[in-house]
Amino acid sequence: MSTTTLDPKIPSGPLADKWANFKAASKLVSPGNKRRYELIIVGTGLAGGSAAAVFGEQGYNVKCFCYQDSPRRAHSIAAQGGINAAKNYQNDGDSVDRLFMDTIKGGDFRSRESNVYRLAQVSTHIIDQCVAQGVPFAREYGGMLANRSFGGAQVSRTFYARGQTGQQLLLGVYSELSHQISAGTVKMHPRHEMLDLVLVDGQAKGIITRNMVTGEIEAHAADAVILASGGYGNAFFLSTNAMGCNVTATYRAYRRGALFANPCFTQIHPTCIPVSGEYQSKLTLMSESLRNDGRIWVPKRREDCGKKVVEIAEDDRDYFLERKYPSYGNLAPRDISSRSAKEVCDEGRGVGPGGLGVYMDFADAIKRLGEPTIRERYGNLFEMYKNITGENAYETPMRIYPAVHYTMGGLWVDYELQSNVPGLFVIGEANFSDHGANRLGASALMQGLADGYFVLPYTIGNYLAPVRGTCPRVDRPEFKRAMDEVKERVKRLLSIKGTRTVDSFHREIGKLLWDECGMARSKEGLEMAIKKFDQIREEFWSNVCVLGEGDELNASLEKAGRVADFIEFGQLMCEDALDRNESCGGHFRVEYQTPEGEALRNDEDYFYVSAWQYTGEGNKPDLIKEPLEYDGVELATRSYK
Amino acid sequence: MNFDLKIWRQAEGKTKGNFQTVDARDIPSEASFLEMLDIVNDRMSESGEVPVAFDHDCREGICGSCSLTINGIPQGPGRGTACQLYMRKFRDGDTIYIEPFRVGAFPVVKDLVVNRSAFDRVIAAGGFISERCGNAQDANDTPIPKTVVDYAMDAAACIGCGACAAACPNGSAMLFVSAKIGHLGLLPQGKPEANRRVRGMVAKMDAEGFGNCSNFYECAAVCPAGVPAAFIAKMNRDYALASVRNAVEATA
Repeated sequence: MSTTTLDPKIPSGPLADKWANFKAASKLVSPGNKRRYELIIVGTGLAGGSAAAVFGEQGYNVKCFCYQDSPRRAHSIAAQGGINAAKNYQNDGDSVDRLFMDTIKGGDFRSRESNVYRLAQVSTHIIDQCVAQGVPFAREYGGMLANRSFGGAQVSRTFYARGQTGQQLLLGVYSELSHQISAGTVKMHPRHEMLDLVLVDGQAKGIITRNMVTGEIEAHAADAVILASGGYGNAFFLSTNAMGCNVTATYRAYRRGALFANPCFTQIHPTCIPVSGEYQSKLTLMSESLRNDGRIWVPKRREDCGKKVVEIAEDDRDYFLERKYPSYGNLAPRDISSRSAKEVCDEGRGVGPGGLGVYMDFADAIKRLGEPTIRERYGNLFEMYKNITGENAYETPMRIYPAVHYTMGGLWVDYELQSNVPGLFVIGEANFSDHGANRLGASALMQGLADGYFVLPYTIGNYLAPVRGTCPRVDRPEFKRAMDEVKERVKRLLSIKGTRTVDSFHREIGKLLWDECGMARSKEGLEMAIKKFDQIREEFWSNVCVLGEGDELNASLEKAGRVADFIEFGQLMCEDALDRNESCGGHFRVEYQTPEGEALRNDEDYFYVSAWQYTGEGNKPDLIKEPLEYDGVELATRSYK
Repeated sequence: MNFDLKIWRQAEGKTKGNFQTVDARDIPSEASFLEMLDIVNDRMSESGEVPVAFDHDCREGICGSCSLTINGIPQGPGRGTACQLYMRKFRDGDTIYIEPFRVGAFPVVKDLVVNRSAFDRVIAAGGFISERCGNAQDANDTPIPKTVVDYAMDAAACIGCGACAAACPNGSAMLFVSAKIGHLGLLPQGKPEANRRVRGMVAKMDAEGFGNCSNFYECAAVCPAGVPAAFIAKMNRDYALASVRNAVEATA
């Protein structure tokens, strides 16, 4: 056990005043001095892109990196449903406090209270900012903004742009970023992948990247490094993440000393299109917003599962979410909905190929509202579903099944969004702080933009103000050493010339994680998986086959590096899941459940953030605990009944 | 299903490319076009052959990474991107030609991968609203009629893939450029800079080497996001007005 202690730097004062108190006391960098700073930002999604745009606007010199060919393609673009904000435009009882409470409860009381409160506070500014930059949110005929409901909330606070909210928010960010690129404050490096973090005197002062077109390994120095590289859902191979999403940036930072917090907290989204075959490369999400009008059911009896939908009488259908959680019904939070779907499928009542699916039925909504209304609300999603499955969901219910979607865990950060490594800031999905053990729908977009637009620009000052003029030159030995290590690793990957493809390893660990560290986890399973990861790692480094050269565009090489990191990281996820002897949110340990099969939390022993410290390849990492402290919230058993 | 693939292979931008014939056997009909390529690539790797490079990411039809020309059609037959095209749309035994987008302004990087950074530079030439992040007015202070915002959204839905330019006999990017100009210009927030925007973006579009529009509308026919060609007419009108205003202001 390490002796390091963590200071989350939570400001003093009542919960509602903390952010104002912090801002009043934080250090500033004067306008004339901002141009003397270099900042590195990795990732151009909602968090990274917005941070880059704001820092550019303020006059800092920003170097921004993304692996895609354009910053506009970051995976935030795929978010469908919406973004939460406590605007209370619907006059339905929403408030900052209510959004805060919903988020804390949704996260099953494992997030950091002060960070979540701040998130709820700044949420309202986000909508103002987005409208000002031209995001075409849905509106009502009077010209006012429209809202819809999302899971885990009893108010309508979700703003949306058809089924493409993430796209519109990201394009808003991208246009601001483009503005700064044209102004010369942001230098964009697309098709660049971060392969290492460089520390100088214990502080984050640069990164090593690979130019994915030429293969050149480059060193970049800065006064501070900001990681906005997203989540690690692709550790599971099959997920709703884009194919390129990876853990490498955050994992490399972890290997350099940054702590990884709550890696086992992953979100399995209840409404995805079921797996259809071995060749499948990814899973497609059907927006949670569909649960506003879709009713989820399976047959009551196993023997009805093979029947056509019309042959199953109303009385023979089990609307299991409505039955188990009458007050939230089909809008129960994601972890609970997913687990319920798994339960009924485990009972043999699942539908579709392999019995791994449940129905999401729009017949009642179509009867009540008419097909045109449903078409207007979800037209593009129905079209997408038809395209993929060949089925018409206006006539027959959709079949859905849970899939890995989001990762609540991430690099540990304090209230300033700074990791334990000075100068290393982590924002968006890449950090851990706001969603606890389960994220509510439409909150990822909120957090990404909150971090980039409204939090980090204020909190970075305390670090930056005193370090003016410390940006190192890239000819320092620390950079040279890191570059040599990266080059060596690339060379090693290319020289193994084994017999197994990179994807075959990725599939193997994905299945292992899904089975042992997915929707249900057990001590035995996790212990077995941890051992298995050692074997897989050894085999990978002796038998992987990576073709092509290092100095060219080489997708297999890129993937090999990412999968190598996923293998090590998957083991860390299992270590974390094994340590947490309780069930909370998306982390469900079969040993810890109530007689009704609900998650059984243990606040006595596990009311803490697990922050893991790297101790060398193949070694068990050290656990450092950040005890959680709640002032504004009473710990309660989460109930959506 | 079995397919006879003719895949464009090109080591890098400067070298000459050619079609490689690949016999793709036992492809499941439920596989997407890109999953079919995954299977082909996996088999190539197993037999020691360097796999085909192609751009892809979200595989949900929204990121716009896809840049394949399939049987001569950018993004392939049917509506949507190549990742949303499923093999059941083809007939067993079909010959399928797979090429990169063919536009002068999008040079080939390798195999099926092209460089579309020209689009980023066009956006940087004015495809934004200049406002500082901080204390924008309340989002409901300026009502926007539903019909206006819905029409703006039709344009904003553009995924920036470049199929429009690849489909155009002139290699014109007008649908892409007009979508951004239409989206921002329709909204009250985008009006103050509308003239500057259209002049800046059109000038950059020309400088990047995209051709002009001669009303073939191939662009709208292949657009995976369904952006209407009417935005091109709107842009031409905006551009003419902006140029006149600029000329008048210069003499005033």
